[in-house]
Amino acid sequence: MNRRIIIVLLVAITIVAGIFLAYQQFTTPQRTITLNGAGATFPFPLIDKWVSEYSKIKPNIIINYQSIGSGGGIRQHMEKTVYFAASDAPLALEQASKAPDTLHVPFTIGGVVIIYNLPGITKGLNFSGEVIVDIFIGRITRWNDPRLQELNAGVNLPNENIIVVHRSDGSGTTFVFTDYLSEVSVEWKTKVGKGTVVNWPIGLGGKGNEGVAGLVSQTPYSIGYVEFTYAKKNNIPWGYVKNAAGEFVEPSLESFRAAAAAAAVNLPKGDAVWADVSIIRNVVHNKQAIGAYPITSFSYFLVYKDLKVLPDMDEEMARGLVEFLWWTIHEGQNYSAELDYVPLPSNVVTHNEETLKMVVFDGKQLLKG
Amino acid sequence: MALKKYYFHKILNGEFKGDDMFKLVSNFFALSILLITGLMVYELVKGSWLSIQRFGPWFIVGTVWDPVFTQTFSTLPLILGTLTTSLIALAIGVPISIGVGLLLSEYAPKRFAWLVSFLVELLAAIPSVIYGLWGIFILIPFLRHNAYPFIQSALGFLPLFSGPIYGGGVLTAGIVLAIMIIPIVSSVSRDVFTAVPRSQREAVISLGATKWETCKIVMSYARSGIIGAIILGLGRAIGETMAVTMVIGNKFKILPSSLFDAWYTMAAIIANEFTEATYDLYVSALIEVGLVLLMVSLIVNILARLLIWRMMKFVRGVVQE
Repeated sequence: MNRRIIIVLLVAITIVAGIFLAYQQFTTPQRTITLNGAGATFPFPLIDKWVSEYSKIKPNIIINYQSIGSGGGIRQHMEKTVYFAASDAPLALEQASKAPDTLHVPFTIGGVVIIYNLPGITKGLNFSGEVIVDIFIGRITRWNDPRLQELNAGVNLPNENIIVVHRSDGSGTTFVFTDYLSEVSVEWKTKVGKGTVVNWPIGLGGKGNEGVAGLVSQTPYSIGYVEFTYAKKNNIPWGYVKNAAGEFVEPSLESFRAAAAAAAVNLPKGDAVWADVSIIRNVVHNKQAIGAYPITSFSYFLVYKDLKVLPDMDEEMARGLVEFLWWTIHEGQNYSAELDYVPLPSNVVTHNEETLKMVVFDGKQLLKG
Repeated sequence: MALKKYYFHKILNGEFKGDDMFKLVSNFFALSILLITGLMVYELVKGSWLSIQRFGPWFIVGTVWDPVFTQTFSTLPLILGTLTTSLIALAIGVPISIGVGLLLSEYAPKRFAWLVSFLVELLAAIPSVIYGLWGIFILIPFLRHNAYPFIQSALGFLPLFSGPIYGGGVLTAGIVLAIMIIPIVSSVSRDVFTAVPRSQREAVISLGATKWETCKIVMSYARSGIIGAIILGLGRAIGETMAVTMVIGNKFKILPSSLFDAWYTMAAIIANEFTEATYDLYVSALIEVGLVLLMVSLIVNILARLLIWRMMKFVRGVVQE
């Protein structure tokens, strides 16, 4: 009697479980979608966080982002070997012509800070754009130069040679910094220019943020520049930079955000030419940009307007990609501050919403507008 | 053809044995080395074709590297920087390595020799980025505070040792490289010293030679082997990338003002700029730097072979007399 009940129960359980499994199998066919992206190293920790958080919400979407550098990301975008790229600089005109109909989506904001090593001086020094240019071009060669002293009244600057340290490897940080110097000084613009690698008039080159920070911390009386998040994580003291409103601004999430908000007013449409877009250009001479730290820049996602141009892309994957990008500029921004990235100001988010609504697959709109 | 017929015949007659199989397989592996090298050269030439067409031989003798405005590229300073740092590394590293080799083969008790050679070989297992970081955080501060000012006060009258001291620079890169080539040079020279026949040593000692004189005989007997070891070290120094990049200062200029000044090497510029090279000509020029680096290593190797070859002839001639 007992045995029969057990057998019946076992059979029943088996049948129910079988039906349940089959039901799951056939009614919700969860197709796994892998979305490949590549590009800038600067936002990698943030994107990595997004990828792991997003996999909790949409387990069937696997995002694979390789941080190979902005240049590599742009190259792969032009060759259509990735579905999205991230870059610290917008596409230059020549690049844009090789990747027509590329949309730019600024997704986070970064800043470049001035670091220095002056034994005995702990207070944040004040710098102005002109003074920074003259230090890096080799015109101001000593720390107690009257122009530096004038900005730092009350600080006893040493009578020592300034040792300039810059990045030697190609990097978005150098691009942002030289973009700033070019904007401040015509001489810099025509003699040295801006780029991920430039011919520095003077100084030592260190590889990576860690190389520059290492050289500066080991070399008394040196000066260099690194990315804000790196300096912040390693507690490296930084300088204040004068903006157009005449304030000496400390680099911080708030002052970067203020700069981005001031620049967002002039952003072009998502599918227009972005080659000349730069927060710096909007802030350096803008007296209205109160509290804005001038050496600030966007990082951009690059995606094609019609995703049909990518090989092996279908509508479902395209929708998955756009939904992920949409998520990064909304919920994704909540993870920024804890990782020392700047959350997008609301006017940039609105701008990006318009841009993402332009994305189509084979002419078919992917987001309901 | 004849070979094919030969094997075919063997197979037909059932004489194709393990020996033949082994010969075929090892021939294949030997040929694959040739094939890989050929493929590498082909790919490098293909990748750098744009730059070869644009700059021609000027690429090797020019002194301009301007990715921003004129987009012109050339490598003479890089070639000089690579050779200079490698030669400094040899000048510092080789005497030390030969000393280590002699100690291990001639002087040290067995157990101690085992310990030292174990430690030396451990040095070879350290990743080069670790050498670079160690260079930045330990070696550079030490050299700047303790060693370089001293060298400058003693030898500052020479232009090589005048000028500002940053800490990083040509000499520092040479020193880091020297430490990196010591394991390979010293372990190979230990092996060639140990390979010197016992009869040689016994003959010399029986003539009343001192220990030092015995060592001299051992060294001259092993001369070609030592050169071989040096070549291996030079190869390592020429191609070393990460550690050099982190300490040399990475400044593209025709000549540094002194050994304390910053400079650049071929491997370093590739490592620095490849990831962010954004246009085709730029990428192509960097690949051509790789091609030039390969050629420079090839030429250096050929020169070394010639040197060994001449020396062997000389030694044989003496013995025959």
